[in-house]
Amino acid sequence: MMKKKYFLNAHIIDPKNSLDEVGGLIINENGKIDAVGKKVNKNNIPSREKYIDLGNKHLFPGIVDMRVFVGEPGYEYKENFKTLSNAALSGGVTSVVTMPNTSPIIDNVSIVDFLKRRGRDKSKINIYPTASLTKNLEGKNMTEFGLLQKKGIIGFTDGIKTIQNSRLMSRIMRSAFDLGSLVMQHAEDIDLAENGTVNDGIISTKLGLQGITELAEKIIIERDLSLLEDFNCRYHISQISSAKSIEVIKKRKNDINFTTGVSINNLSLNENDIGDFRTFLKLSPPLRTEDDRLSLVEALNKNLIDVIVSDHKPEDEESKRLTFAQAATGASGVETLLPLALELYHNESVKLFKIIETLTSNPAKILNIDKGNLSIGNDADFCVVDINKPWIVKKEKLISKSKNTSIENKKLQGKVLNTYIKGEELYKL
Amino acid sequence: MAISNKAIKISQKHLLGIQDLSIKDINYILNEAKNFITLNKSKSKKIDILRGKTQINLFFEPSTRTQSSFELAGKRLGADVMSMNITNSAIKKGETLIDTAMTLNAMHPDIIVIRHQDSGACNLLSQKVNCAVLNAGDGRREHPTQALLDALTIIDRKKKIEGLKIAICGDILHSRVARSNIYLLNMLGAEVNIIAPSNLMPRDLDKLGINKFTDMKKGVTDCDIVMMLRLQNERMSSSFLSSNREYYEYYGLTPDKLNFAKDDALIMHPGPMNRGIEIDTKLADDMNKSVIKEQVELGVAVRMACLKLFCE
Repeated sequence: MMKKKYFLNAHIIDPKNSLDEVGGLIINENGKIDAVGKKVNKNNIPSREKYIDLGNKHLFPGIVDMRVFVGEPGYEYKENFKTLSNAALSGGVTSVVTMPNTSPIIDNVSIVDFLKRRGRDKSKINIYPTASLTKNLEGKNMTEFGLLQKKGIIGFTDGIKTIQNSRLMSRIMRSAFDLGSLVMQHAEDIDLAENGTVNDGIISTKLGLQGITELAEKIIIERDLSLLEDFNCRYHISQISSAKSIEVIKKRKNDINFTTGVSINNLSLNENDIGDFRTFLKLSPPLRTEDDRLSLVEALNKNLIDVIVSDHKPEDEESKRLTFAQAATGASGVETLLPLALELYHNESVKLFKIIETLTSNPAKILNIDKGNLSIGNDADFCVVDINKPWIVKKEKLISKSKNTSIENKKLQGKVLNTYIKGEELYKL
Repeated sequence: MAISNKAIKISQKHLLGIQDLSIKDINYILNEAKNFITLNKSKSKKIDILRGKTQINLFFEPSTRTQSSFELAGKRLGADVMSMNITNSAIKKGETLIDTAMTLNAMHPDIIVIRHQDSGACNLLSQKVNCAVLNAGDGRREHPTQALLDALTIIDRKKKIEGLKIAICGDILHSRVARSNIYLLNMLGAEVNIIAPSNLMPRDLDKLGINKFTDMKKGVTDCDIVMMLRLQNERMSSSFLSSNREYYEYYGLTPDKLNFAKDDALIMHPGPMNRGIEIDTKLADDMNKSVIKEQVELGVAVRMACLKLFCE
């Protein structure tokens, strides 16, 4: 049993409980939240107890990152649970949803026990594993949603792959509807996107790279939303990247229940950042135009996008030191998710409250977990952040095992000072 | 040999693309090449300005004319030229481009000429080696020496480029020649018409300052030059066109389509040609209109100029 902990003078933002005020936080001996908010001040604290004065630094619920790739099992050289956990903690992330694209693929109950055990033993953060929608990610036969869920699988996705077959997708939705399962789709029509590596436009034309039209994303979203008219299961579009997709979402938002995510990369960068074939910016979905990026920011503000994810995809240097066409896709980003998101606050694109909402309470609601909030009685998972602290991203300083950051040398403002899980300080800058 | 002006230097260390060059650089290369045209026609074609220098030709994609042109250019300047045929190299054993580059770099070459099927391969190579890198074609991106030799050919015949109307027709999507030519001809003040079926037209190409046409007759109207490109069937993964004969009907250069161009219009083609698919075989061989052979001839001169200037 730990000692009670008292924090005072924090700027607390807890979107789930509509808190945005200066106040304190009291954590009990079990690592649960006893009291929170402006009513917590010096007078609530027994005089013999020590307290921590946060001097107006920000205090947010622990971040829930809905899209994280971990190399375990099979690709431990890229990232294991321990390195992922340490990287996440340094970025204020206390809960992650892991993708099933491992080796072997998470597609049957026998591997889930192993995964849960490794996750529990090696990592200090909360790990919520997903399983694949189809066996071996082949897009043919669906996995056992019901049995996998009972073992602790939080949702279903083929991760970097899309269910292309419309009949299969409709059947997946029916099963998910019956079983209450969460379906997360990576929206990309494979035939339209084939061999594509960047946005289809002036950059692909100039660089001589095969482009991926934004229609590849839009078509899958349109199809899935149409299929949802019949069986409206829990459905989440993992990430969107373009203005065209937002048009579709806007049209259907009122008659169908679904949610939408966006990668911090697509919110913060555009195709011009690829520059001279920077393979660390080879991403899926690809970075698109500045107009697309601005549309995504606007959609976030208009509640058309529900969550921001890191799309953390650790890749070793070797798989990135290749020509653009041959290089691996994805960027490491779990530890820079919050600082990069804060850029949207500093450049006055998005309100701070909104950013925190899309990083904490919104993903928790979609996942149906009691995380990402500071409710009384809940686990004290939170981070203390100096939102103004300037720093420069350097890949050699990253904690993740893979250093493939999309924002090398970027000047950021905002750094996590401490991260707590169940009331225990697990990270300190 | 004319005297080159030592005060002028190319602004780039490597020749990766026309995009990176200034007009000054281009004129410098073209002027230098003009000197070599004379040399190449003389009885003794060999000089020794690159004596003691090592040139490695690194060709990951099959090529006859570009590779032999670079090889000959290097030899005529007195360099030691090694041509690496990648089919019997370590790449096939799983070695990456970077590994190969590091290995070659350890042999202290002065210049590496690279052709690769991936766009940007030469950029990657240039970041890893100490010597100058000359791009002999990377994926669909650029083929700078081809554009330079095309420009030299046009200047040789038309005495200028500024103000000319030039049509480039064919498989633009997969063409590095088209991209390099668009940059170069634009820079030198030509008006560029690009003609291709929509399936072979890259997106947003008009942002590069060209006129787009899907109707070949309209596209070649009043043009001084009609440059035909090869249909790159080997790069086509799925159905871009219904058939070669339909393509020939609409986009093949035939006398009736050429009639829309100026009377003294010249025909160009970077080769190798698909006769009867993108160009009528008689037109290709028409001594009065076709400068295709001259392009090959001047190619050696342009490559000599590039080797010399980038080796300095």
